[in-house]
Amino acid sequence: MEATRAAQSRSREAGGREPRSERGPGSPAELTSVARFEHGSRIPGWDDAVDLWKDPASIPDPAVVDVPADLRATIEAAMARYPDFRSAAIPALHAAQELHGWCSPAAIEQVACVMRLTPGYLTAVATFYDMLETRPVGRHAVYVCTNISCSLRGADALLDAVRAAAGDDPDFNVRGFECLGACDIAPMASVDGVYVGPLELADAERLVADVRAGGEVLADKQLIRRPCADPRAAGDGGAAGGAAPGKASAPGAEGSP
Amino acid sequence: MTELLLLKDIDEPGLNTLPVYERRGGYESLKRALAMPREEVLQNLLDSGLRGRGGAGFAMGKKASFLPKGSMDKYLVCNADESEPGTFKDRELMQKSPHMLIEGMIIAAWAADINRSFIYIRGEYAQQAAILDAAIEEARAAGYLGERILGSEHSLSLVLHRGAGAYICGEETGLLDSLEGKRGNPRLKPPFPANQGLYQGPTLINNVETLATVPHIIRLGGEQYAKLGTETSTGTKLVSVSGDVQRPGNYEIELGVPAREIVYGLAGGPLPGREIKLWFPGGSSSPVLTPAELDLPYDFDSMAKAGSMLGSGAIIVVDDTASVVDVTTKLATFYAHESCGKCTPCREGTNWTVKMLKRIDAGEATPMDLDIIASVQQQIIGNCLCVLGDAMAMPVGSLVAKFRDEFEAHIERRRAEAGLGAPLAEAVA
Repeated sequence: MEATRAAQSRSREAGGREPRSERGPGSPAELTSVARFEHGSRIPGWDDAVDLWKDPASIPDPAVVDVPADLRATIEAAMARYPDFRSAAIPALHAAQELHGWCSPAAIEQVACVMRLTPGYLTAVATFYDMLETRPVGRHAVYVCTNISCSLRGADALLDAVRAAAGDDPDFNVRGFECLGACDIAPMASVDGVYVGPLELADAERLVADVRAGGEVLADKQLIRRPCADPRAAGDGGAAGGAAPGKASAPGAEGSP
Repeated sequence: MTELLLLKDIDEPGLNTLPVYERRGGYESLKRALAMPREEVLQNLLDSGLRGRGGAGFAMGKKASFLPKGSMDKYLVCNADESEPGTFKDRELMQKSPHMLIEGMIIAAWAADINRSFIYIRGEYAQQAAILDAAIEEARAAGYLGERILGSEHSLSLVLHRGAGAYICGEETGLLDSLEGKRGNPRLKPPFPANQGLYQGPTLINNVETLATVPHIIRLGGEQYAKLGTETSTGTKLVSVSGDVQRPGNYEIELGVPAREIVYGLAGGPLPGREIKLWFPGGSSSPVLTPAELDLPYDFDSMAKAGSMLGSGAIIVVDDTASVVDVTTKLATFYAHESCGKCTPCREGTNWTVKMLKRIDAGEATPMDLDIIASVQQQIIGNCLCVLGDAMAMPVGSLVAKFRDEFEAHIERRRAEAGLGAPLAEAVA
């Protein structure tokens, strides 16, 4: 295996028409892979003997579970918005995660107590979704998109750069992520929900510094301020930040067929 | 075409607020629609020939007409879980013109006699969700949402629901399960959502762009709208162009223009000194096409005839500096990660495909593995509850078929690097 790696890196150094991406097998640049357990199953302990005498986890007793008043109010408001209260499971878990930093057993228990659901049900929901963390993580979520359009523009190297810039700071949760729906600013990242791009490797340090400073992240690269690419979309009011390149000579590409 | 529908003045400052949207003629279509009997509104949608903009391309008016008549709990769900790689058109619409979507939803709900509606927006779109929430609040305060809208007999509630990061929740039945507070596993169809959807009630599910087009159809009239585009692909479409082009972004085109005009004319073509190697015409789930096929008209039927699909209208351009094996591995890894795990062919097929592609990169594969990869794709297609597996199998199958030479060269090179170069012929035999 070592020899294989060495051979691969030699060939890359040799140059030639090598693909841009430096992604090798098992490189950290990939999406967090779905965990596999015995015999390749996705379910841990799937072939362990079942304890038939064990009681199922029950709905937590409101008398013994201490739920913060804010969280309870948020969850109850969410439950009231839907015809079926169960629909509030994801908003409730989002709220609990915001408070606890992740969907910890205590967080799940509090949600279960307010929603009158079993912790097992909520754990099943939480493990399904990428944004609900079922392990302790840093409180600043930095998702670097590593899907096709972004990787064509160097996302894998960017993810490595952001990881390196964040170092082992426990406040950061840097992840390679599925397509975030912003391929126009590839390569891009979502920093605590704020989209920034197109990023260069040098922006990684700035991104981490901005998060640590607590202010706006890469204010000049935020998607929210970016005008539409279509040169004809700029309104009479004039687009803030100017129109896309090529506005003056809008191509007459729109001929009716 | 000189007139933009969806992107017109989209960058006007404050268009996301009600006063500016109204000054731009917003909610006029709603007033017109509410003045008509609902059958006439539905007829306009049918006449428009508008096909769903989310990927499947099913006629929107027809889908609305499938809902049973009579008074019962019916639901309208806007699918804003835009997660098909390469697609980012709905994001721009929701962020800059949220009221266009809300107006479209109110009209569509009127046409299909629906009183409860939801927008399921992907969890990652936090900023867009905040903008939409503010817009919904404005619309409610102005009487566009709620009981007896503008004095008519139409009532509608609208709830914005944020997802939490799962590609499969863009699949309509997976979305419904997720909206019901469960894991987003797709359901068996039939029953189709039009009969049994959200909370077991009849449900109309449409993409953001589809619903945002509705006010324009009412403004122009269905028949007039149908004159745009081609006979079977009417109207205008937002195209998200990304990848190796000079000006990636959203462009509004009339369906039927040659794809070359989109990729070269609007998006500026490949970067200087590079050539296009391949392109995905409708997101990463669509089988890839070659540069020669850029001359095809960009519409639903032409793309289907070429063996691909228009999908969500996301063109991803890949140029000659990219490795096809890398692109394929990226793609397969994504689908393996996003498979919900319910159906075996998809869960294991995507997993195997990734493993086999990694063997290529590790120098452990032979060209025979390409046949196995191709056969695995064939075993996935059509054998699952939803099309997530197909969404990997179709592009991977097309990549292996169309770029077999490059795959084989890559296999040879990696084998040589791993010290397995010489006895390849024996290994195959």
